[in-house]
Amino acid sequence: MPQTLAEQILSHAAGRTVQAGEVVTVRVDLAMIHDSLAPGIIRLLHEDLGAERVWDVDKVAVVIDHVAPAATVQTATHQANTRKWVREQNITHLFDVGRGISHQVLVEERLARPGMIVAGSDSHSTGYGAVGAFGTGMGSTDMALILATGRTWMRVPETVRVLARGQFRPGVSAKDLGLYAARVLRADGATYASVEWHGVDFLSVGDRMTLATLSIEVGGKAGIVPPTGAPAADLDVPAWLRVEDGPTYLRTVEVDLDTLEPQISMPPFVDNVADLRDVGKVAVDVVYLGTCTNGRYEDMAAAAQILRGRTIAKGTRMIVVPASSESLQRATSDGTLTTLLAAGATIGTPGCGACIGRHMGVLAPGEVCVFTGNRNFRGRMGSPDAQIYLTSPEVAAATALTGYITHPQDVMAEGE
Amino acid sequence: MARIWKFGSDVNTDQIVPGRYAPYMLKNEDDLRKYPFVEARPDFAPNVQPGDILVGGNNFGCGSSREYAPLALKMVGVGAIIAPLFARIFFRNALNLGIPLFTVDLTEQLQDGQQVQLDLATGLLTTDPGEQIQLPEPSLFMREVWQAGGIVPFYRQYGRFPGEAA
Repeated sequence: MPQTLAEQILSHAAGRTVQAGEVVTVRVDLAMIHDSLAPGIIRLLHEDLGAERVWDVDKVAVVIDHVAPAATVQTATHQANTRKWVREQNITHLFDVGRGISHQVLVEERLARPGMIVAGSDSHSTGYGAVGAFGTGMGSTDMALILATGRTWMRVPETVRVLARGQFRPGVSAKDLGLYAARVLRADGATYASVEWHGVDFLSVGDRMTLATLSIEVGGKAGIVPPTGAPAADLDVPAWLRVEDGPTYLRTVEVDLDTLEPQISMPPFVDNVADLRDVGKVAVDVVYLGTCTNGRYEDMAAAAQILRGRTIAKGTRMIVVPASSESLQRATSDGTLTTLLAAGATIGTPGCGACIGRHMGVLAPGEVCVFTGNRNFRGRMGSPDAQIYLTSPEVAAATALTGYITHPQDVMAEGE
Repeated sequence: MARIWKFGSDVNTDQIVPGRYAPYMLKNEDDLRKYPFVEARPDFAPNVQPGDILVGGNNFGCGSSREYAPLALKMVGVGAIIAPLFARIFFRNALNLGIPLFTVDLTEQLQDGQQVQLDLATGLLTTDPGEQIQLPEPSLFMREVWQAGGIVPFYRQYGRFPGEAA
């Protein structure tokens, strides 16, 4: 029987053919925990589960990205304790302050690879699907059990397929496809399901991260882009992992990229999506470019292309928080960063930034933010009385130029 | 008797506990019990009683993987959560913590503030006017976890995951 990518990966891990709906216990290839939850997970591991060591020092990655660098003494203390624990456990992979956001970093480091099962203590762990891994977010108890045993229980998910056709028009990008999918599927359209993104073979690994991380916003347990195209050029793809003809999909959402308009997600829910053209004149206080969804080199470059030689609007701030040190280095070496700074943007330490509302540019009551991230829930970036709109980097840059939510076409020069 | 606390659709974990009240942002982690729904429904935390039942709409618990959202609900003694659909990570986290979850839509039948009695062994819910509602039967996997008081005590007791051969 033809299998979905999720069924293939979970079958391989379980050592037998499994089908959607079964509850199976599988080995985990890579476990990621981050600074925000590591202290609790470590306590669960040792005190509650009674385990002394992690199951495999090479398969655990600890990333300090959520509040990095530390904003309070208490946070700093937790991070110091976590580093000490990493040394005591002799864990191979610690990515400290400034290296970047876990999902981006583990892909850059080639630790997350096609066909793997990657579990992370962060809901956007679906992002590992950018390279054809089964990435999934889990809570502290699940992560502690994985650290102890190298295994976890899982219900084999059904699969929702997003089938794209055509090519993006100028000023339209992967974020618009992801938001459009959220518009059709809504926040619960793929609950418990794996989302497979087909017809996007031309996308970079970075753009695939955008789609894979957004998969959780429609409820996905995983979000997998078939590992043909860019990832296959760089990583070994197991022969057993490929899109087969005729597996059962729970649902297929077809998207015509040739006619897709820039999308915008309006507060306070990610699936509250409309064509950007249909949104009236909205004044914006802050444009925030960053996160695992759209904070990479490619995103900064897309913004720089629009901002080159221009200045952002008076009264609007633009904050750029690169997804990783590698992204920051690329943006530095080719002048992208200079372009952004010259336009009036400022830059933060690579990491999660204000996405979780703890530091580095939280919002005041009444402020309006255009954000390239993935969540616009009430209070997400600080005050519950701030308004967060989610857009592509292109829309964010166009908005920074005018101070109002702006269609990239309206500010792009001829031929861009 | 237990009180029904009714919520709408798409209750997200930022509403249940905003990120800035994460346990490790707090001086005393036990203070987490003060913060469930602190902004979304400020009357909840001061008034909820052990055994009270949350009744939600679709996609309950969507959003981030933060386990401290269901943990805060466990700390204040939430006896069960009933919703037509739970977001996946929340479902795992709550199940792992041993909070009984029932996947059924009772938003029409039950009212906020209503008094009910829930027999977890039989899944029978008796409302104040005496109406009886049979909740869906939980899977063996779930009952095994509940009986152990969560997946951690289960693993410690049996040295295996629920559903695995002993």
